[in-house]
Amino acid sequence: MMNYIWFGMMVIAVVVGTVTGRIEAVTQAAIDMAKVSVEIAIGLIGIMALWLGIMKIAEESGLISLIARAVKPVMIRLFPDVPPEHPAMGSIVLNMSANMLGLGNAATPLGLKAMEELQELNPEKGTATNSMVMFLAINTSSVQFILPATVVALMGGVSSQIFIPTILATTCSTVAAIAAVKFLEKRKHFAAPESVQEAGDD
Amino acid sequence: MIDSITWGLNSVAKYIIPLLLVGIPLYALSVKKVKVYEVFVVGAKDGFTIAVRIIPYLVAILVAVGMFRASGALDLLLQALAPVLTFVGFPPENLPLALMRPLSGSGSLGLLTDLVNEHGADSMYAKIGATMFGSSETTFYVIAVYFGSVGVMRSRHAIPAGLFADFVGAISAVFFCKLLLV
Repeated sequence: MMNYIWFGMMVIAVVVGTVTGRIEAVTQAAIDMAKVSVEIAIGLIGIMALWLGIMKIAEESGLISLIARAVKPVMIRLFPDVPPEHPAMGSIVLNMSANMLGLGNAATPLGLKAMEELQELNPEKGTATNSMVMFLAINTSSVQFILPATVVALMGGVSSQIFIPTILATTCSTVAAIAAVKFLEKRKHFAAPESVQEAGDD
Repeated sequence: MIDSITWGLNSVAKYIIPLLLVGIPLYALSVKKVKVYEVFVVGAKDGFTIAVRIIPYLVAILVAVGMFRASGALDLLLQALAPVLTFVGFPPENLPLALMRPLSGSGSLGLLTDLVNEHGADSMYAKIGATMFGSSETTFYVIAVYFGSVGVMRSRHAIPAGLFADFVGAISAVFFCKLLLV
């Protein structure tokens, strides 16, 4: 899937860029974005270090497993492949909470920690597990109770009007995400390699 | 009422991070006698490796998205889709943002700014746009970073599921704004 999307975007860009005479802008964008990618990653180092450090304290003190135990009934249904007491459950919950509270800076390190713990349970390291896809789908459809600061800054006094529509829309998209994952993970085309003999398409 | 809820949540929000930064070590130190400084440093060490590990994935996805944006392919798609959208009641003005949202965070914020500047924050277009922006995430970026950090290359159904959720989110944003706002 990723192979086709990635290649498709670049081919379309080059073809359309040639037709519309924007080919130089396309080239420039490629070079600029390569640079921006590294800047983003480097910029993440400090925030990652901060939150991973705090997370480690939370883990050592038993806070994470405490949280994981509290939300166990929901989590075992969403992530049936993850043992209920596994630290991944705690990290997933913390990432979701950070997202709900609009703490984007904290959410990413917590989410990457969760991915690392999910990867420990992955029998086929290069391929996503059902739990990973479920986690990402919930994450990208982001239930959020605090409007992003950028939106508040832009919308000013109107911000409060869009509070309820935003929560309703994000709830719909999260439900859609969970339903789509549950539906698609059983399709043969997306099957995990261990359940199908031939290596599945990505 | 909603005014005060929004205001309340957003003003409490600024205390959450300081509270976590102090509260977690406080609990660890006082209840469990954890050596907080030493443990913090051990955990923080991973920050560098993880951030560096995602670079190739970020370069791959952001370059492709950047080229796609710069080529004007989005505008073409827009022209093709506009009649259909008007027919089903989806405002064509909000389509660029809906299409950009899963691809690029800064790109979609730029489009939202355009909507606000052009039509005013009070317009339905801006409200729908802000709702779309607030109710979803940059799907491609998140997938690249999260899978990249652990070296997963075959993402299986992650992209179709994520895009479907974005699609439902965009439609719901239009629906709820038109239903609830004037």
